[in-house]
This record gives sequence, structure tokens and C-alpha cells, in this order.
Amino acid sequence: MAEEKKGFSHDTIERNTLLLVVLILITVSIGGLVQIVPLFTIESTVEKVDGVRPYSPLELAGYNIYVREGCYNCHSQMVRPFRDEVERYGHYSLAAESMHDRPFQWGSKRTGPDLARVGGKYSDEWHVAHLVDPRAVVPESIMPGYAWMKDRPLKADDIADHLRALTVVGSAYTADQIANAKADLIAQQNPDADHDGLLSRYPKAVVSNFSGDPKVVTEMDALVAYLQVLGTMVDFTKYQSPAQLQQ
Amino acid sequence: MASATLTPGAALGSQRVSEDVRYYEDVIRLFTIAAVFWGVVGFLAGTFIALQLAFPALNLGLEWTSFGRLRPVHTSAVIFAFGGNVLFATSLYVVQRTCRQFLFGGEGLAKFIFWNYQIFIVLAALSYVLGYTQGKEYAEPEWILDLYLTVIWVLYAVSYIGTVMTRKESHIYVANWFFMAFILTVAILHLGNNVNWPVSLFGMKSYTFVSGVQSAMVQWWYGHNAVGFFLTAGFLGIMYYFVPKRAERPVYSYRLSIVHFWTLIFLYIWAGPHHLHYTALPDWAQTLGMTFSVMLWMPSWGGMINGIMTLSGAWDKLRTDPVLRFLVTSVAFYGMSTFEGPLMSVKPVNALSHYTDWTVGHVHSGALGWVAFVSFGAIYYLVPVLWKRAQLYSMRLVSYHFWTATIGIVLYITAMWVSGIMQGLMWRAYDNLGFLQYSFVETVAAMHPFYVIRALGGVLFVVGSLIMVYNLWRTAKGDVRIEKPYVTAPHKAAVGAA
Amino acid sequence: MDLDQITVALRSFWTVWLMLLMTGILVYAMWPGNRSKFDDAARIPLKDDGQEF
Repeated sequence: MAEEKKGFSHDTIERNTLLLVVLILITVSIGGLVQIVPLFTIESTVEKVDGVRPYSPLELAGYNIYVREGCYNCHSQMVRPFRDEVERYGHYSLAAESMHDRPFQWGSKRTGPDLARVGGKYSDEWHVAHLVDPRAVVPESIMPGYAWMKDRPLKADDIADHLRALTVVGSAYTADQIANAKADLIAQQNPDADHDGLLSRYPKAVVSNFSGDPKVVTEMDALVAYLQVLGTMVDFTKYQSPAQLQQ
Repeated sequence: MASATLTPGAALGSQRVSEDVRYYEDVIRLFTIAAVFWGVVGFLAGTFIALQLAFPALNLGLEWTSFGRLRPVHTSAVIFAFGGNVLFATSLYVVQRTCRQFLFGGEGLAKFIFWNYQIFIVLAALSYVLGYTQGKEYAEPEWILDLYLTVIWVLYAVSYIGTVMTRKESHIYVANWFFMAFILTVAILHLGNNVNWPVSLFGMKSYTFVSGVQSAMVQWWYGHNAVGFFLTAGFLGIMYYFVPKRAERPVYSYRLSIVHFWTLIFLYIWAGPHHLHYTALPDWAQTLGMTFSVMLWMPSWGGMINGIMTLSGAWDKLRTDPVLRFLVTSVAFYGMSTFEGPLMSVKPVNALSHYTDWTVGHVHSGALGWVAFVSFGAIYYLVPVLWKRAQLYSMRLVSYHFWTATIGIVLYITAMWVSGIMQGLMWRAYDNLGFLQYSFVETVAAMHPFYVIRALGGVLFVVGSLIMVYNLWRTAKGDVRIEKPYVTAPHKAAVGAA
Repeated sequence: MDLDQITVALRSFWTVWLMLLMTGILVYAMWPGNRSKFDDAARIPLKDDGQEF
């Protein structure tokens, strides 16, 4: 009512377009700010855990193929803390585990199963056969086939540029990692190559001849390398939740 | 009605007929045509990917036709191409009529917006098919296209807000508040959710500055408010103009519309985290999202009551005017999905519904029942006015469209309710020995019949939209179908048809 | 002033804003003297007497 006396009534707002614009902007902005800003300031938002590292070059190329093909439209990467989900997929997901996903791949729909912890659950051969023809492996599956990926050489000449861009946005790669990006990418899918450098730069990276031919790095190699690392970075035999730590 | 002037193909130039208020309508016609065209494209794309889920061989084994690449084509086509063009057409029409002023920046600016928006749509769709995507639902276009859209959107805001500022009517009619909230908030959301760093200046690929949990929160702040401000506030602007106009009576309560507006825009902006229940998002944010989502039920139903009660004292028009039936049914669907939404945002319900088809059904009861129906109603109203025809080619065909589409929606959402709840229950089912009862793929197999029914619903919706295309095309040509008129004449147009 | 403080300030500002906005709107919407003005405003779409250029 005080507003009425000052002559600042809603009528003034309607007659003054700019004021209406400003009031709308304030009203819709505050909600977003109050919700989003604290996620960056409160330290407990992303718990501190050992093991999470930026993707290796080959895994990163796989992540980009995962995004490109829109896998997130049908697969989540977020195990919720329910008994059935933990039994089906493994330990519930931690915020830290997706801290290098730009953007996040939590998904919103499980037309297919959750993939947050698919790494290491199936063999490389299984993944390749399944991606080439899902129904040859799982008859009831409704997943599209990605046979063409198996023969397509991975375009990775600019992989160092990707590492540099990621460094800009916050997933820091060292100069060493950027300099060796292309070499690491090739080495990770060739079991006969020298991996000491790769494994020191990307601990626990899975080295494998993912799709069969170590001479050509295919898109299939990259995608399977990515799938095989999912959910494996944190060692849950050693992980203690904040609640456990307090006890 | 303004369509009293029956001058088919009248000179669309700028010659003045009298000193009366003048409007630009050429560009509104273009937006209307584009809306109808993209609507059919988007519905077809949706039906096709629905069939892919029922019959995976339809992915064709080609990279460009796999579900993962086509789904963004469907969602962008229906939301941004169909819905966007409907919003451009109606908002730029309504702002002129209710401000009694022609478009700020003239028709040149409006046409510039039109053509560039269509080019944006085509480029975005092509980029998805070719594999360029940010990988964020409803925000898939890569950084360069985001910049392009920003330019278009700023020009749209200039044209729209400029018209409001130079208006000749002293009061800003409530529909314009909703359109303005839509334009401004979508701008904020678009900028906030697309802060990316390109890998190279000449490539499409970019990475987001925010990652993981923050990226999730920003994305669903964007995603839910795209629903709230693009698909709700914008279309409520349509409701507040076209329902009173078609019913030929003022909105039920102007007071309620004021309260509706501010509470809606205030509460909606908080609801995003309900997409992230039980995830690694902190609990306080989830609780905020749930609380505001439940509160959102109140303004939503306030708006529904306002729309439906506008007909009080004229309910008979529903029987005789299928266009009004589209409009009012859309508001009823709005009421239904805005009840279902808060229900699904309650955490224990969400534990069951999240990740299942129930969500997909919920979205489509809003998208098909509310957004598409209110759009159809507005388009059926606009086309005779814009093409200077006394009436639609056929009211019977409008009715056929209405029933075909309604049956399609009912099939769609009931199939998704059943499959969603069933799948949610199967995932958490245990057998007598304490083991999970179903493997994941058993739950996929169980979905098959419902995916077929859902696709059938989509086919009916497409058929309905094709009936509309035919009807509108004949209307624009100036034809009138010889048919039995509805019993009591709802308005002058129908009398002419007799 | 760091982000933490801004967050706290924003939260208080938001509460005040909510109360001001909602009270102001309710008072305005229900103010008896505004009734006739609203009735006029509600009739704006029905006036519609302009023409195309």
C-alpha cells in the first residue's frame, strides 16, 4: 500500500515499458542466480576423491563421438542411490566423477541401461560386436547399429587443440600432455607400443587393441576406449562418503 | 472482425486507405506459412523416431538416420521451428493489434528476422544430422549457430519491445507481458547456457565452461525454463489474446491475469532442479526445485481457470465452433499437464518416473495437447483474417482435425503412462530370493507394444495436421466448402457458409 | 566481496523482493478503484479496428 501512496503503482509499470522489462529481468534472474551461484562457491558440491583425471586423448575422442551420436538421448550416466540401481549398475555416482565432462552426460532417459559404470564390465570384443550390430548380441535390443564406425579412421590431427581448449575452460592438461596428445592417442590402442609415458600422464588408462587393427585408429577404437573408462577412475574399495568420514 | 474487407490478393504495399491504424501483415503471413510447414515436418520426424523405437531396423544403419541424431531434429523442429514460428506470427500480430501500432523497425526488419530464422532452422537441422551438436537437450546447436541466433533474437526483441514502446494504446495488454517475459527470459537462458569455448575458430566443436554437476544445473535451469518461458509464457500470450477474441468476450478476470503473470514467472525460474532428483546435485538444490515446482501448480491453474472461464455464458460456442474447441481444449490440457508436472517433481514419485517414458508422455501431453492445440486454434483464427477471407474453407474439416489429433494424443499419453510406470516398477522389482527380478533388456522388450501404440498416436496427429494444411490452403485460395453448417451459427462467418 | 558473500546478499535480497513484488501485485490487483481500468484493459483485443498497410 505504501507503493500506492508513492504513486508507484502497477499502472506505472504498464505505462512504462522499460520498467516492465527491468522488473521481468530482475524477477527471472534472481531465481537462477540463487540456485546456480552457490554450486560454484560451496566446496562440498563436488566432493574430493582420488583418481578422477581428465580424459586421455583417445578417451576424449570417444567422448566426443558419444556426444556426436546423441547417446545421451537414451543412456544415462548417473546411478541414483537406490538399492536396485546400486545392485544393477554399481556404486551411486559422485559429482566428482563427471567433473571433466563438458557438458555433463547424466542424461534424462533410460531407453537403454545406465552407462556410468559400464567400464570394464564387458570385453572390447563384446562392445565392438554390440556396436556393429546390437541385435546380434542382444536380440531384444532396440539400439541403432554403428557398423560404419569400425572402418572409419578417427580424425584426430587436431586433438592437441582439443586439449588446449579444455585447458582454457578448466580441465587442465599439462604442456607435456598437450605435446604428446597425438602420440598418446595412437599408443593407447596399440598394445605393442611403449606405454610408460601414456600411463604416467593418464594413470589407469586402458591400453588395448580395441577394434582389432592397431595400425589404424578408428572411431570405434575411440568410442570403446571411452566406454571402458566410464566409472573406473574412482576406487570404491577405498572410497568413503563424507558421512562415513565423520564417524 | 477485421476480415470484413473482402479483397482477395489486395495490394500488400503501403498505400494508405484511410487515416486509420495500419498494420504490417505480409510478414505475419510468412511466419504462419512457416509454422504450418515446420509443424508437419516436426510431427513427421517425431513419428519416424517413434517408429524407430518400435522397429529399430528403421535406423537404416546409416549415421545420418540414427535415433541419436534424429531426435534433436524432431525436438528442435517442433519446439523452435513450429513453436517458434507460431510465436513470431502471433506475437508480432498481437502486439500490433493491441498496441494499435505498426511494427517498430518496419516490415523490412521483420522480414529480415523471418528469413534469418528460417536459415537458422535449416542450418541447425543439417548440423545435427551431420553430427555437430553441443550435446545438451534442446540446446544442441553449436557455438557459431548460437551466435547467429543471438543476433536474430536481439532484433526480434527490438522489433517487439519497440512496438510496445511506441504504442498508441495507453495500457499494455496482458498478452504482451507474457510475450515480453518470453522474449527476455529466452535471451537470458540462451546466453547463460551457451558459454562455450571453440576448439578452433573455423570448426564447429566447442566445450562448455561449466562441467559435471554445474553443467547439469545450468542445462536444466535452461531446459526447464525453455518449457516455462518458450512453451508456456509465450503460448499463454496466445491464449490471452485468441481465446477472448474467438469467444468474442473479454478475459474472465483481468485481475487474475496480473497475479497469474507475476507468480508464474517468479516461480518457474526455480523449478529446474526437479530434473536432477537423487543425482549428484546437492540436496538443497533438489529440495528448492521440488518446492517451487509444487507451488507452480497454483498460478498454472489460475491461468487455466482464467482461460476456460472466459467462455462462461457462451459454452454453446464449443459445440458450434471447432476452432474455439481447439483453444479451450488446449487450456484443459495445460491444466492437466501442469497438475502432472508438480506431481512428478515430488521426489518419491520422481524416483519411479524419472528416466522412464512417463516423462516423455508428460512432455507430449503439454506439447501436443497444450502447445500444438493452442497454436492450431490461433492459426485457424489467423489464416482467414490474414488472407482476407470471410471464413475458413471448412469448419467440418477443423472438427475432423480436432478429433483425429485428440485420439492421437490420448493413445500417445496413455501408452506412455503404462509403459513408463511399468518400466519403473520392473527396474525395482525383486524376486522371492532377493534378486533383481528383471534384466534391463527384459524391460526394453516389454515396452514394444506401447511403442507401437505411441507411434500410431503420432500417425494420427500427423494425419490431423495434413487435414489442417488442406483446409488452410483452400481457405487462402478463397474457396468455401459446401457442407452442413453447425446447428446454431457461432459467428457471422458460419452464417455465410450456410 | 567474494562470491560467497554475494550469494548470501542475493538470498536476502531475493526474500525482500519476493515479498515486495507479491504484496504490491496483490494490492494492485485487488484495489477496488482499479476495477474499471481493468475492465477497459480487458476489452483491448475486442476493439481491433485497424487495417493492413
